[in-house]
Amino acid sequence: MDILARIPQLLVYGIVSGSILSLGGIGVSLTYSILGFSNFAHGDTMALGAYFALAFLSLLAGAGIPGQPFGSLSFGLDFVLSLVLAMIATSAVVVLLDRLLFRRLRLRKANRITLMISTIGIALVLRNVIQFFWGPQPHYYSAKIQLAIPIRQLGIRVKPDQVFIVSIAVILVTLLHCFLRYTKMGKAMRAASDNSTLAQVTGINTERVILWTWVIGASLAAAAGALTGIENKFITPDLGWQMLLSIFSAVILGGLGNPYGAIVGGMIVGISEEVSTAFISTGYKPAVAFVILIVMLLIRPTGLLGRRN
Amino acid sequence: MELFIGIINYLVFFGITAGTYAVLSLGLNLQWGYTGLFNIGVAGFYAIGAYTAALISGPPPDVWDGRLVGGFELPFLIGLLAAAAVSGFAAFLIGLPTLRLRADYLAIATIGIAETIRLILKNESWLTNGVWGLQQIPSPLYEPIYYGAKGFVDTHPELYPWVQQLILKAYNWFYLLLVVVVLVALYYFLKRLTRAPWGRVLKAIREDEDVAAMSGKNVFAYKLQALVLGAMIMGIGGALYAHYARFISPNTFKPLYATFIVWVMLILGGTGNNKGAILGAFVIWGTWAGTDFLTNYLPFTASQVAALRIIMIGIVLEAIILLRPQGLLPEIRRSRRLSRGEKKTGEAESPPP
Repeated sequence: MDILARIPQLLVYGIVSGSILSLGGIGVSLTYSILGFSNFAHGDTMALGAYFALAFLSLLAGAGIPGQPFGSLSFGLDFVLSLVLAMIATSAVVVLLDRLLFRRLRLRKANRITLMISTIGIALVLRNVIQFFWGPQPHYYSAKIQLAIPIRQLGIRVKPDQVFIVSIAVILVTLLHCFLRYTKMGKAMRAASDNSTLAQVTGINTERVILWTWVIGASLAAAAGALTGIENKFITPDLGWQMLLSIFSAVILGGLGNPYGAIVGGMIVGISEEVSTAFISTGYKPAVAFVILIVMLLIRPTGLLGRRN
Repeated sequence: MELFIGIINYLVFFGITAGTYAVLSLGLNLQWGYTGLFNIGVAGFYAIGAYTAALISGPPPDVWDGRLVGGFELPFLIGLLAAAAVSGFAAFLIGLPTLRLRADYLAIATIGIAETIRLILKNESWLTNGVWGLQQIPSPLYEPIYYGAKGFVDTHPELYPWVQQLILKAYNWFYLLLVVVVLVALYYFLKRLTRAPWGRVLKAIREDEDVAAMSGKNVFAYKLQALVLGAMIMGIGGALYAHYARFISPNTFKPLYATFIVWVMLILGGTGNNKGAILGAFVIWGTWAGTDFLTNYLPFTASQVAALRIIMIGIVLEAIILLRPQGLLPEIRRSRRLSRGEKKTGEAESPPP
């Protein structure tokens, strides 16, 4: 097949995976700008969300909530409910981890790198807690096979589930935008990310801001994880770890610390990874993010939307 | 007696593995402990070292092999040096774009290099034989030692059976000695380096980059040297592993075994203290290997027990960070030693200019 003819289809895949990377990246970016460290457990937080969604799906099925699929989607109300519940449960776990670990380190004024090392430990623990309860084998949200619908004018095939993934991402990003723009807490978060000392002096409750940062990051991560499960058709304990490099590349590309940058970066990395498969071996798809990262670090380390300092 | 021999033989094997990890831990200590370079891609440099050694010293491609090149059957020492050189070169390339930036960027770039190296090992079958890995990597002096020991036992039937069993494992004893020699050599090399002005500049950079730069030190050059030298040591660790295991594949270099466990070793042992780096490697590998037996006793599947053991390592890491961040053997701060020295001898060292 002609290489160029494949590109529109690869763009579709790229937009879908870019939406997921954006959702994952927002959390990394917020944690970085407000708490001041890179959270290497974020990928595994996504995986935790994906498995929580799986658990709630079976709980809901047990409780008799109908699993009748919506229209031509491969899932129904049960999945949407599970997604919301998974976002809540993942946030609860992350807030608990903050209380047990990160808050203590924060109060002790531990340096950034100590915090980063501790996130690596958390990453290992989360991934293996998942493996303990669910095993290393893949799990499926639904056994249904969904046929892609051809759109001949554009020369592409799109699955209804993919439309759903992108829509959910757009809805969540819009909600986040409104939250950051129009609510008091959102404004406080932006202030804290600009200058945390100044924010504290003006009477902003930093601990509450941090709590919200974790909740938003974890909720979006859980959504990203569950949506990855829909797109890939299966989930494994290392799904988040595998995406971590792409997410960090996306966040740095967009400008570390800027949630809008994470969205731009996520889209660019997602699309580049998919389109690259037209030119190079699929085996090297994960390395594309790495190349983007290195090029960006060489040219403009502050990122596309980052401030120069 | 049987049990006793079994334990001795196991301890020798344990010493070889833990000693190899201690080499990695020393390399990381130079980067992180002394210079504050946040390298979480230890696995990548370890893998480069192992594959380089295997390709330099290993046999040429076999008929069933996917490889086209490599396998020069050169001596062990040449392979060891090449492993250090190639690993150091990779660190040089990764250091150039990242060492001028904040620690976060180096961390992410090193994760990236480790993953990219794994992808290359998996995909470039012409060089690495892909997921099947490299086999029949020769162990140095294996034939003379093994057959020598066997011949000795055969000609001395009067020896007790347990003595014979110990002698038959002569090769493991030899390899343990080899690992210990490398480890001791590296230890003294690093001790000299870190006590020299060069090492003190590294510590200054770790404590405050701007101050180091203001006193006229080329911070970037020092960081690059520390990164490259640390990676070379990790490459040597890889070569030691490859020649003992005699088989390597991309899965040997997954981040868990090859990166995180080394970090936990260093942090437990004592960041910035080379003795601590070695101690941590033995303690953590002891804990890890020592919990292997649990697989048969806990009411879980093997995969669940493996997960529990990793969770344990993770919790150990968090516990050290919270309860004893300085590790088992804390770094010896020079200022404290100086003041103690003054009290004892009454002679003050030359005051700082």
